[in-house]
Amino acid sequence: MFSFFRKKTADTPQEHQPATAPETPADAAPVAAAEPAAPVADVPTVPAAASVADTFVPAPQPQEKPKLSWAERLKAGLAKTRDKLGKSLASVFGGGKIDEDLYEELESVLLTADMGVEATTFLLDDVRERVSLKGLKDAQELKGTLKDALDDLIAPLEIPLDVSGHKPFILMVAGVNGAGKTTSIGKLAKYFQGQGKSVLLAAGDTFRAAAREQLVVWGERNGVQVIAQESGDSAAVAFDAVNAAKARGIDVIIVDTAGRLPTQLHLMDEIKKVKRVVQKAEPTGPHEILLVLDANTGQNAVSQVKSFDDALELTGLVLTKLDGTAKGGVIAAIAKQRPVPLRFIGVGEGIDDLRPFVARDYIDALFD
Amino acid sequence: MFENLSSRLSGVVKTLRGHSRLTEENIQDAMREVRMALLEADVALPVVKQFVAEVKERAQGKEVVGSLTPGQAFIGVVYEELTRLMGAQNDALNLAAVPPAIVLMAGLQGAGKTTTSGKLAKFLKETQKKRVLLVSTDVYRPAAIEQLKTLAAQIEVEWFPSDISQKPVDIALAALDYAKRHFHDVLIVDTAGRLAIDEAMMQEIQALHVAVKPVETLFVVDAMQGQDAVNTARAFGDALPLTGVVLTKMDGDARGGAALSVRHVTGKPIKFLGVGEKLAGLEPFYPDRLASRILGMGDVLTLIEDVQKTVDQDEALRMMKKVKSGKGFDLEDFKAQIQQMKKMGGMGALLDKLPGQLSAAASGQVTDKAVARIEGIINSMTPQERQKPELIKASRKRRIAAGAGVQVQEVNRLLNQFEQTQKMMKQFSKGGMGKLMRGMKGMLPGM
Repeated sequence: MFSFFRKKTADTPQEHQPATAPETPADAAPVAAAEPAAPVADVPTVPAAASVADTFVPAPQPQEKPKLSWAERLKAGLAKTRDKLGKSLASVFGGGKIDEDLYEELESVLLTADMGVEATTFLLDDVRERVSLKGLKDAQELKGTLKDALDDLIAPLEIPLDVSGHKPFILMVAGVNGAGKTTSIGKLAKYFQGQGKSVLLAAGDTFRAAAREQLVVWGERNGVQVIAQESGDSAAVAFDAVNAAKARGIDVIIVDTAGRLPTQLHLMDEIKKVKRVVQKAEPTGPHEILLVLDANTGQNAVSQVKSFDDALELTGLVLTKLDGTAKGGVIAAIAKQRPVPLRFIGVGEGIDDLRPFVARDYIDALFD
Repeated sequence: MFENLSSRLSGVVKTLRGHSRLTEENIQDAMREVRMALLEADVALPVVKQFVAEVKERAQGKEVVGSLTPGQAFIGVVYEELTRLMGAQNDALNLAAVPPAIVLMAGLQGAGKTTTSGKLAKFLKETQKKRVLLVSTDVYRPAAIEQLKTLAAQIEVEWFPSDISQKPVDIALAALDYAKRHFHDVLIVDTAGRLAIDEAMMQEIQALHVAVKPVETLFVVDAMQGQDAVNTARAFGDALPLTGVVLTKMDGDARGGAALSVRHVTGKPIKFLGVGEKLAGLEPFYPDRLASRILGMGDVLTLIEDVQKTVDQDEALRMMKKVKSGKGFDLEDFKAQIQQMKKMGGMGALLDKLPGQLSAAASGQVTDKAVARIEGIINSMTPQERQKPELIKASRKRRIAAGAGVQVQEVNRLLNQFEQTQKMMKQFSKGGMGKLMRGMKGMLPGM
């Protein structure tokens, strides 16, 4: 009975997928260009979360601490990143004239930020062109030029996630092992709750030991409903969860999946199945497919985006662990090679530290 | 078929070769290529710079050894240097301590510490018959303790219960006490993932280290990690006396440049590779394999290296003299070549080292069986026949075929191939290992 069901789902949407594939990149790009300036005005509605904020990670955010603006938080999170990068940049921009040595140092800085050879070369060429166009001579002015060049490159990725279009809004989360999927889901749930939405989680990681418990424990602590099954496959959990969300009138449902490396082809097939089965339960869904990336990851992040995009047609990215010394420059490489909107960045362990990505803030935090 | 395969293989080498002579200029070009390859493989920039400088120096000073092409010599230097930097081969765990020997795991969040703890326990239990006790001191991540418990149950290793209300040091000491009283050989202490810049957390793991005095402190690194691997490794190396590194998620398509960065910064050996989520996925580390992976060349370099290492130089020289002196290459030599190939682990092992699609294309085509059959046929000949194959006529063929348990046609085929090889050998005026090896491809049946 069950296998019949499984088999059927395996057949139908597979033919369907290649047909839709060419459309997505095409319409994703204009959107990126059209509405980059829709800033996240509704973000600082966090007071509701304050009562539960300390349960998730034992680095409690003291309540008496004045609310920092989003840019300040990002800056604090990236402080160490900036220290490192800032120091090397300070020596670069310190003064003197613009010469080959300076470009070489600039190259080192960009490469060290994980931007990769291609994006670095692109940025440097861009900066050179701007410098000669404006006739800049002084190294000090180079900084602004570099920031502009980087902004032009990554600003198209800045498209905030809007969950208002559907109810329930189905959000599916994918990623490699240890990228921070489950932790990010917790933060996302908090984020949506802060906006006054009801949230349901689907514990779709049925593979890793205690992944289900991790989500269930988290859900209990934070008063979020979690759909989990003793065993079985993640597609079944997702199916149940979507139906439950419909029945209960939930606003946002977040489907967790097991971590998988893109080289594990059978697991990539499995996650395609999760998507297809979600579509069975709700033909318009999933409305958002997020790939969670670890900011520590090097150039492999680009190939992760490519593989998961090919398999699932990603609609967004989450970049986690930016609070370490990793700079997350790989998003420049992603912007260059496979632009997918960067919805959120994680700048700390606190529950509120997952925030919508704002390119300019990120660049400022990185360089100033 | 094999013809096609080997031409594709030499194509790989050719793209790197392409020049007839090593000049300062084409080293520069090639060094730039190598630099890009290393950066794309996520080797940290300072490490790349130093490496490139060293290789440049060595390559320029080095003369091209007779039998090698300049391209091969150059790859050889890059590859040797990379392998050397990566350190000793498969440095095993040092568990020579008064039991229980304690292994402490450290690393960033999501590096794979807990999974590696489970894999290590299974490895020690199965290969060294150790009694292992697992304990988690991760009181932060929800269900981290539960995760280790589940893993322990799967591999049937004892697990020491801990609770998120306890302090990590207390948990570790309690587990140590328990391990002593219950005669465990090894205690593996899993820890929470932590950022190197999180001082409180780094102090915690330092305290943990002081409290349990582990014989092995393993730094767990994600093979996908980027440039920041240098900073992380330095911070962990400064905080803890690391004894080794475990590189995880090696089944992905990351080139694993982080390994080189970490190795360079900490100076500690890479002891294991984590491959896959299955608990059996812990493999010994081979620096040469990883070197070629970082260079992005499958294991082609390993293959070249194998050929260079194993083919007996004296034997080769003897044969070359023979060819040069015009004294004909006979079936005895033919057999010697086959035996050399066997020394390298047989065709199967050679094919395993080719990049994926090549070896897939070749499997089923070239078998050790075919090679063994050739050997059998030659063994069924008299010494005289081996030296003068032209003696072999119909009745001798029948006898040889019967002796080797094959059809007469196969004897014919072998003789044909031999004849071709002999012609080829005569064309070698200068000779060389590469040419000898390439010459061998004509000898195998059915291709």
